[in-house]
Amino acid sequence: MKRSDFLEHVSWTGAGIAWTLSASGLMTSVADARGMKTGALSFVQISDSHIGFTRPENPDVAGTLKKTIDDINALPVQPSFVVHTGDLTHLAKPEQFDTVKTMLAQLKAPLVVMPGEHDVIGSPDNYNAAFGSKDAPQGWHSFDMNGVHFVTLVNVFNFEIDGKLGQDQLDWVTKDLAAQKPSTPIVVFGHVPLYALYPQWGWTTEDGAAVLAQLARFDAVTVLNGHIHQIIQHTEGNIKFATAASTAYPQPAPGTADKPGPLKVPDGQLLGVLGYRTVGLAPTAPADVKDHSLA
Amino acid sequence: MNALLLAAIVAIAPSAAPSPAASPGYVVHIKDFKYAPTPLKIHVGETVKFINDDDEPHTVTATDKSFDSEALDTSGSWTHTFAKAGTYSYFCELHPYMKATVIVTGESK
Repeated sequence: MKRSDFLEHVSWTGAGIAWTLSASGLMTSVADARGMKTGALSFVQISDSHIGFTRPENPDVAGTLKKTIDDINALPVQPSFVVHTGDLTHLAKPEQFDTVKTMLAQLKAPLVVMPGEHDVIGSPDNYNAAFGSKDAPQGWHSFDMNGVHFVTLVNVFNFEIDGKLGQDQLDWVTKDLAAQKPSTPIVVFGHVPLYALYPQWGWTTEDGAAVLAQLARFDAVTVLNGHIHQIIQHTEGNIKFATAASTAYPQPAPGTADKPGPLKVPDGQLLGVLGYRTVGLAPTAPADVKDHSLA
Repeated sequence: MNALLLAAIVAIAPSAAPSPAASPGYVVHIKDFKYAPTPLKIHVGETVKFINDDDEPHTVTATDKSFDSEALDTSGSWTHTFAKAGTYSYFCELHPYMKATVIVTGESK
């Protein structure tokens, strides 16, 4: 891939992509897409790749990310985009960003990314050098695709609290959501779970409730997060929450260990707890969230 | 023999007891998502080595931003000399509920 193509590929933030999937999953041209039902599309979520991690829980995190990418590229119908919900790297080192960026560029579908706390250790500079966009200088942004409104939040920038949006971002998202109709399907991405999933381990966003309150007026909302390296689904009224599996290593279920952290599974079982997620959206139906292991 | 024994004691002493400002000073271990010992009391000009014994990376980051180890991977260490008196609260940027304190007193010893 040429460097110019590569940069274009990874710097996409959703502003102007052509819609190429029908509700039935068949490829259509952009012109054909005009006849499609508004509110229908599919995308893929991946998360927590931790490139640079070398511990026994998974000595080859690049290998499992590559398998994830290969599996997604082999899907019979390519998703409209792939979103990575953060912790691309383990220690936010420039060479780790180089590796993950080169690998993710192999995805056939366009990429949407946001940082996890591991990507901004010390400062967000290395993340921004690799994945920053001048269209979204602070990381958070929104985009519309075939009648669906997507919001990407960044809840890892606060210095002392992991899982905080901050007033600037709350002001921005308030304005962004106020412009949407209640019938518009809303999908929200962020690294740390937006609700109090397990605050004892920091698995919560301190000011997430302020956003959830604004999401209450919409007919159908899907909130997709990473951070906890396991699939947990949860519903509050009109809001469907789902955290994603990691592509690198699992973590213990909330409260089942003294502390969070990499979990060693028996040999041969690792691929079964890693994976990616496909999400199908159709008008008036709840989001169709399907998780796929690498096994 | 006595000289050798003395040398051995001096070599061990820095991690166990107060020591001259020029020596490596104190050690704080990061284990099971906790810093120990805390609070750590030292004198101006003394040095503390922070060692990560966990599988997870951690940081040693001052609440007032006056120092920051950046990421310490497993077995990674970082050394900091405290040049001014004061009570320094610090935490882990990756796990901010991990908090600890270094108390730096008076003039240099």
